[in-house]
Amino acid sequence: MASLKRGRNLRKIYIAFVLLLLFLPIFILIAFSFNESKLNVIFTGFTFDWYMRLFENTDLLDAFKNTILIAVLSTTISTVIGTISAVGLKKFRFKGHGFIDKLIYIPIVIPEIVLGIALLSVFTLAKLELGFWTVLLAHISFSVPFVITSVRSTLYALPKHVELAASDLGASRWQTFWYVILPLIWPGIVSGALLAFTLSMDDVVISYFSAGPGTNTLPLYIYANIKTGISPDVNALTSIMLVVTVITLVLSAHFQSKKTANRSLR
Amino acid sequence: MTKNSSNVSITDQLEPNKRFDFFKAVFTLPVIIYALLLVFIPLIYILFLSFLKSDNYGGYLYEFNLENYGEIFDSTYLSIFLKSAVIGLITTFICLLISYPFAIFLRDLPEKRRNLIMKLVMVPFLTNSLIRTYGLITLLRKNGVINSVLLGAGVISSPLALMYNNLGIIIGMVYTLLPFMLLPVCSAVAKVDQNLLDASEDLGAGKLAKFFRIYLPLTLQGAFNGSLMVFIPAIGYFFIADILGGGKAMIIGNLIKNQFLTARNWPLGAAFSILLLLFTFVLVKIYQKIGGNLDELGGG
Repeated sequence: MASLKRGRNLRKIYIAFVLLLLFLPIFILIAFSFNESKLNVIFTGFTFDWYMRLFENTDLLDAFKNTILIAVLSTTISTVIGTISAVGLKKFRFKGHGFIDKLIYIPIVIPEIVLGIALLSVFTLAKLELGFWTVLLAHISFSVPFVITSVRSTLYALPKHVELAASDLGASRWQTFWYVILPLIWPGIVSGALLAFTLSMDDVVISYFSAGPGTNTLPLYIYANIKTGISPDVNALTSIMLVVTVITLVLSAHFQSKKTANRSLR
Repeated sequence: MTKNSSNVSITDQLEPNKRFDFFKAVFTLPVIIYALLLVFIPLIYILFLSFLKSDNYGGYLYEFNLENYGEIFDSTYLSIFLKSAVIGLITTFICLLISYPFAIFLRDLPEKRRNLIMKLVMVPFLTNSLIRTYGLITLLRKNGVINSVLLGAGVISSPLALMYNNLGIIIGMVYTLLPFMLLPVCSAVAKVDQNLLDASEDLGAGKLAKFFRIYLPLTLQGAFNGSLMVFIPAIGYFFIADILGGGKAMIIGNLIKNQFLTARNWPLGAAFSILLLLFTFVLVKIYQKIGGNLDELGGG
């Protein structure tokens, strides 16, 4: 019995250890955001200074604003496109249906760098000026497929008679979509949107190629400064972002579990 | 729309092909435009570029040729391909090695706890991977946290070279890509039938036998899914090689980036990209051959 228990504890320790590894660099970043020294090397003393200085670093704030704006816009747009595409691809057959259906998997599987340079090439060909809007377009292009696959997984789990029942009861196709399908696939839409937002915030490679010299996003700001040294105001910003996202996640999980609890009657 | 079209919804449904179907257009046109404009045309365009000739000034001459593909056999490039493949394979293998025990131990936990842990695995994703790489530098460098702690404890007498070398690249890749392996492996392991495990135990199977004869064969798809999502970025993430591998370290990602941004030889960069793309397609085909579902790739 004792050895069984020890084995179980060892297993928990292993899981905790892997989680710790994943979080360690982030914890270190947060710790050094309170460090007096500019160098991120030795902890010399506790300060809130970097959180104050953050608001004077206009370059960094500008990069942060762009990052958030692009993430919010690309998530919104790709969630709308992805949701109606998933429904449309299931409901309708059209010329080239199979081809389009294959194409949408490509951004999921191809190396980001290939999509990045391919988009850079066509943006240049189309004489689009590289900047905020090209980064946004690029983020939409890699987010849409993830929303489609996420919505699809809930769409295919729907009972077949739902749509028929709705139209039997006199609902138009629009009404059926809006009042029946949409609420039922909502969990898939939410998780697709969350995925799109995460991917946008996490992206380095595609932003790197689709941003012009004038636009800055957070990863580009860090990439440009990482060799000369980054001051701890970046740590401060990262800490704030992490706290905000974790709170949002916890709240949304809470909200969603309530919603599914309400819906479990179905 | 004509004036009387609003009250003919019944005929509209009876002969849907005879008129312009606004509903259908709304649900199909966006995906067609998206797929053609943002996926198909860009890829076809780099395929086209890969057959052109560079004019050495950042532009290209419209002379169709295969020279770019011939350059691939240049020994400099071949050694970069080889190095990328080795780094990618080691990264994938380490991720598998970490993920399997994690997934198997996780199985026994209550469902609520399991879901919480899987959510925690996703949290690092919410900070940008470059920011996390910057956090790694703080840990790994010569006067970084790990070396300071080990030196202070007297475990080592001189600092370990944990970055600015291939080890640094591998640590960075494993750290950045591990969640992509954890997610599919954990969900595959969670689906393994408990009855099989119980039966094998009754028949006297040890831990190793259980792993090699039950877990591994039954979770092959998940493992391949994860390997795909780890290996492909691991040969493309130029910023990790750039930052943690020091200035000279190059993987395929750096090679393509340099052709596009530094050497300004777009046709050659395009040819490398097409090769990488073909290689990826082969891997995806294998994944489908072993029964993998495309919808499950990338956590979808």
